[in-house]
Amino acid sequence: MGKVTRRLMIFGGVAVAGGGLVAGYALLPYETIDRARKIGGKDGESMLAAWVRIAPDNTVTVIVPHSEMGQGVHTSLPMMLAEELDADWALVRMEQAPADMAFANTGLARGYLRGDTSIPGWLSGAADFGFRKIAESMNLQLTGGSTSIRFTGVDGMRRTGAAARAMLIKAAAAKWGVGEEAIEAKQSRLTHRASGRSATYGELASAAGAYDPPTDIRLKAKKDYTIVGTPIKRFDIPAKVNGSAKYGIDVRVPNMSFASIAASPVFGGTLKSVDAAPAMAMRGVKKVVKLANAVAVVADNTWRAKEALAALKPEWNEGAKAALTSQSIFASMEAALDKGGLVEDHASGDVDASLKSAKRVVEASYRVPFLAHATMEVMNCTAHFEGDRLTIWGGFQNGLGAKAAAAAWAGIPIDNITLNHTVMGGGFGRRGNTVDYLEKAIAVARQVEGPVQVTWTREEDMTQDYYRHASVARMKAGLDDNGKVVAWLHTFTDKYDPPEAVFVNYDFANRAARYAEHANPIPWGPWRSVDHTQQGFFIESFMDELAHAASKDPYEFRRSHLSNAPRHKAVLELAASMAGWGTAAPSGRARGIAMREAFGTIVAQVAEVSLAAGGLPRVHRVWSAVDPGEVINPATFTAQIQGGAIYGLTAALYGEITIDKGRVVQQNFPDYEMVRMADAPEHEVRFIESGARTGGAGEPGTAPIAPAVANALFALTGKRMRALPLKNATARVTTNERVKSNAQKL
Amino acid sequence: MIAMTVNGTSHTVDVEEGMPLLWVLRDVLNFTGTKYGCGVGACGACTVLIDGAATRSCSFPAALAAGKAVTTIEGLASGDTLHKVQQAWIDMQAPQCGFCQSGQIMAAVALLQEKPQPTDAEIDAAMTNICRCGAYAQIRAAIHSAAKA
Repeated sequence: MGKVTRRLMIFGGVAVAGGGLVAGYALLPYETIDRARKIGGKDGESMLAAWVRIAPDNTVTVIVPHSEMGQGVHTSLPMMLAEELDADWALVRMEQAPADMAFANTGLARGYLRGDTSIPGWLSGAADFGFRKIAESMNLQLTGGSTSIRFTGVDGMRRTGAAARAMLIKAAAAKWGVGEEAIEAKQSRLTHRASGRSATYGELASAAGAYDPPTDIRLKAKKDYTIVGTPIKRFDIPAKVNGSAKYGIDVRVPNMSFASIAASPVFGGTLKSVDAAPAMAMRGVKKVVKLANAVAVVADNTWRAKEALAALKPEWNEGAKAALTSQSIFASMEAALDKGGLVEDHASGDVDASLKSAKRVVEASYRVPFLAHATMEVMNCTAHFEGDRLTIWGGFQNGLGAKAAAAAWAGIPIDNITLNHTVMGGGFGRRGNTVDYLEKAIAVARQVEGPVQVTWTREEDMTQDYYRHASVARMKAGLDDNGKVVAWLHTFTDKYDPPEAVFVNYDFANRAARYAEHANPIPWGPWRSVDHTQQGFFIESFMDELAHAASKDPYEFRRSHLSNAPRHKAVLELAASMAGWGTAAPSGRARGIAMREAFGTIVAQVAEVSLAAGGLPRVHRVWSAVDPGEVINPATFTAQIQGGAIYGLTAALYGEITIDKGRVVQQNFPDYEMVRMADAPEHEVRFIESGARTGGAGEPGTAPIAPAVANALFALTGKRMRALPLKNATARVTTNERVKSNAQKL
Repeated sequence: MIAMTVNGTSHTVDVEEGMPLLWVLRDVLNFTGTKYGCGVGACGACTVLIDGAATRSCSFPAALAAGKAVTTIEGLASGDTLHKVQQAWIDMQAPQCGFCQSGQIMAAVALLQEKPQPTDAEIDAAMTNICRCGAYAQIRAAIHSAAKA
């Protein structure tokens, strides 16, 4: 059976009918191992590791504890395991782990213990949903914070693959009476060359189960990789081109009903009254369900439910937030900064003294608005009560967390809940721990016979989100005679996660970051790359301002402040060289540069921008240099950097949720515009594999694009963009200003 | 009663004339490959072909589909052989979350019928569907790849 080290455990043992073994690598209470084996095992198949199962036909099934949102993790994690197992990739399959404690995202917890990461504030901040306890007890099964590869992959998949391989070798050596060192394991086959004996992994998996996994796991050298680092095609794609992939909204079960829901349009409001009659008179309507803060109509199809809901005139107790506006929220942020008494985030040197003695002091204020996630698949969930048992179908970035929350909301034991994971039509943080769509589906299902699918309208999705918070920053820096930054003071409102997002990698001797704990009145949720989206814009825009104040080239200025950060310097240099920084941009265009380290990955981006008719910026080209330490799958990683930049570009150009009378103004895509094909820049991505600890892929591409574009606009027009989205400001950039500015530069 | 052909099979549905085709497909006929994205014709996730023309089914009343041939993502392949656009989508690994991709593929099929060798500008003009994952580079590459197939 298992070998237990203090916190880390490798476990193995004969487990299932047909023989075989379970082995895995985890940070788990010991008793959950049996549970994982029971759930993950299948009769007739051998199980090698909690995260891998080898069948008699030699297929290898990797059990992935993370959710697929299009980031490719259902392929990348099996690649990492198969590499160390020396499996034949053609025989590798993938299975998503059940939402169960035994498959928790222990990597995140382990990274936390090791100090590489922290439990995201947005987990503990989600106390409204009862998640605090789960986070605290580290029963995490979270896909977010770019943790899948960084922790589950590096700490779990690799070691499990290597351990399983070692056990197979032991089994072969014993069977053939030869030394382990004489056994070759390659392409899912064990071979003893001298005697010419050979067997598949499947044939020996059962015998391998008799051995304890090794405690000294040796991982492959990168030069020996044959799977990792190659653009292997994703498992999930074929079902996404023929309509067969089942998203939450596609769940169809016998005798189901369809519901549409409207929550109080004012945040925190409750349902006062609603006359159900207009809806009940409509075709196909089964029921009007009243909830504390919402009303839903249940019908025989989604459209009828939606139409009948629109026929209702619910009255709401609007509550304390009914007078909120964007203006009042921004004013309260400014007031919070004016008031002082800021929280010191981090500091070194003496920033206040060095600001006083600096040759020149530069100051600038920035602001960014609220943002919605706007996943392509609107929030939805299907739920079915049968007595005290509950079945759930839906997409969750944290299946285990969702299940635990469901148990609390339904008031039943967690073991009475079956959670069926579906493919997710986008996550970006929305489907992490803000699973109010689950809560509402449970509340509706309680009052309905049979399964009910609650699908939000796009309008409901956009106005009932958990929003990326608006923020205001006041930046102040001192320059010396040589144009070096001698003091850096960064003040801002509201800090969420990750804690290091406010950190600047430039070598400023005297620095401080301080923030006001302004009470954000709008529901908050993590939004792709979280606080990096604001901080990246503040920091990298201000760096650009400082470069111009110091009469330095923005690239050279950044580079001259990276003497203690060789990885960052290399990334910046590569981006500049890719973009031909220093050479003239095509006529009518200019380039801007920005850099950000997020989730262990450093990204520098150069954007080449012109002004289109109406003064909106047009981003023609983007060059990204990326150091994630290592690249598991270059195709999916490239797509993540490109897609992350599009997500950030949408926010930079158009993204703005405004509040009026306590409710969200924007309703649908026409007034919350997205970057589309015609706006999408040509985007070249190159990697530096520095060998540093593996960084994330899903989020690091998002933050640098806004400052890169804003900085390019400054280079083009001489107008500094200190507020997002750019659509609000750039319409005022006239041709005259541009001509004047260019003339000044000449 | 409204009669229409979906993916080569005749269907008669008893629905309101104004019920959008999208919901007839998804909730009545169970062709869930066609997606709801916005309901106002702004995102293109619901794109299907009606007599060969790319149409946003969320804003297309069922009554207008009477007597027409509707093709959804489920009806593109011929048996086990994928349509060349679907194959190109796999070859170029276009989908990320994949939710918009049925609509993207249908829009691309219609584009290639009209312009077998589209330029980038023609792709920009025809492909107005939103992809929130931002897979536009891969979608563009897949269209060019399908054009060569």
